[in-house]
Amino acid sequence: MTVPAGLDKRMSAADIVAQLDDGMTLGIGGWGPRRKPMALVREILRSDLKDLTVVAYGGADVGMLCAAGKVRKLVFAFVSLDAIPLEPWFRKSRESGALEVLELDEGMFQWGLKAAAFGLPFLPARVGLGTDLAELGGLKTVQSPYADGETLIAMPALKLDAALLHVNRSDWRGNVHVFGPDVYYDEWFARAAAKTYVSCEELVDRMEDHYPDQAQANIVERSFISGVVEIPGGAHPSSMPPHYGWDMKAFKAYADAARDPGDWAAVQDRFVGASETAYCDTFGGKEAVAALPLPIF
Amino acid sequence: MTEPSPPEASLAELCIFACSEAFRGNGEVIATGVGPVPRLAAGLAKLTHSPELMMTDGEAYLVEQPVPIGPRAYDDRKPAGYLPFSRFFDAAVWTGRRHAMVTPTQLDRFGQINLSYMGGTYDKPKTQMLGVRGFPGNTIYHPNSFFFPAHSPRVFVPEVDMISGVGHNPAKRTPGGNFTGVDLRLIVTNLCVMDFGGPDHAIRVVSLHPGVTFDEVQAATGFELARAETLTETPLPDAAALEIIARLDPHGIRTSVIKDNPPARQG
Repeated sequence: MTVPAGLDKRMSAADIVAQLDDGMTLGIGGWGPRRKPMALVREILRSDLKDLTVVAYGGADVGMLCAAGKVRKLVFAFVSLDAIPLEPWFRKSRESGALEVLELDEGMFQWGLKAAAFGLPFLPARVGLGTDLAELGGLKTVQSPYADGETLIAMPALKLDAALLHVNRSDWRGNVHVFGPDVYYDEWFARAAAKTYVSCEELVDRMEDHYPDQAQANIVERSFISGVVEIPGGAHPSSMPPHYGWDMKAFKAYADAARDPGDWAAVQDRFVGASETAYCDTFGGKEAVAALPLPIF
Repeated sequence: MTEPSPPEASLAELCIFACSEAFRGNGEVIATGVGPVPRLAAGLAKLTHSPELMMTDGEAYLVEQPVPIGPRAYDDRKPAGYLPFSRFFDAAVWTGRRHAMVTPTQLDRFGQINLSYMGGTYDKPKTQMLGVRGFPGNTIYHPNSFFFPAHSPRVFVPEVDMISGVGHNPAKRTPGGNFTGVDLRLIVTNLCVMDFGGPDHAIRVVSLHPGVTFDEVQAATGFELARAETLTETPLPDAAALEIIARLDPHGIRTSVIKDNPPARQG
């Protein structure tokens, strides 16, 4: 059961983080507290990686990386844990003035990913006009060359050096399957990135031998995927439908830890762990993750 | 035999009833209510006067029967369509086929809203909030209405700290920009119903909730309000509406929206 040389993209989480460099622009898939590649984020938190520009529809991924001082610049439209609307660690970083930011509308954000995916310097957008976004973010306008002459925001490409995703399933070659009611903008993070690394709930050797009937779940082609690693429960504490829901108890503990003195260095071990196994053991292992009920909206 | 008198409505229920009017006659658009009162209002509108409305289950599926709020069985919903975030801008927002009712942190005399940060600067805000989310896009492309459970000068400010949604501020009209999609409709609070029908889209009180005076509303607002020629009393929900509201909120989440859950008709 081999795949052609060069197409076996299996690596460890540590291998993936070793591919990343200080100062890189890193996209993180998912949305708020949902389907976040948290195991890979934890692996970054165990590493010396620093000075990142993080581009994300943010949840605890952003909060933790900010708290740990890994983020130089953040590109965001929100950072939230839904039931805990205000991400407390992100808040602390912002209010301390530690972050450079580019705040965007959610729609402009995906538009910037698409511009990057298509190799364009920008895509025109009506969104942003009439608000403070353009002025604060240094966004420029362009004028339509056609008869309408409309003034539009030139939404710059959000080019990513690397993107991280957590998917339901992958094979060794990076044929991914993504399920759940919503895949958010994961495919566009992948297309906007020079390299994309995925963790998955289930890794198989050759997708076609196992799940030939579910190829429509292949939201992005394997040419965009540079590395895969199997980490069941790897989205914890975010949700990963249909496998498991978010762990609100874990989110609450994480949010509570931000209260005074709220020293990340003192609490990081509880939320990151020395290894992924050590992390999982703190809340009952992968079985406990698999038993988390799906959220109800 | 006389008709039994309808059960006494709470102020929250009156607000739901008033908010549902925002969605009347909107056509086949996505009615998005964020928070219990706006969401119940959208459901009430769909189940009464505006069945053509479309709405999601709160996640990614379109439902023809509004999904009750609060705990329920995970699969207790019947999707008729699909509208995930991954196509929300293509399908609902940037095409203008939506009406959202939301509760920002601040709203100013121009109808500009803020949910990004208060005080300080962009680089070092005094109080960081959610972030602008999708509001810059929502407000330039489709109708928006607002619900505030606690009408106060801290919410209704002369000018917001960070303009996260487009209003009617002439100073923010970029020359050549297309602002024809800006369409601010209704503001419902615990005191009154307002619209943008004053001079130059000024915010105007159109009805007062039972027992509330215009002066009380003005005193709770950080800028001067216009006043409709005829100020009416906000109507109480009828028995049918109360029954639907109770069905859509079986756990009584609406009782916790307005402080002390007062009755609609206040002393």
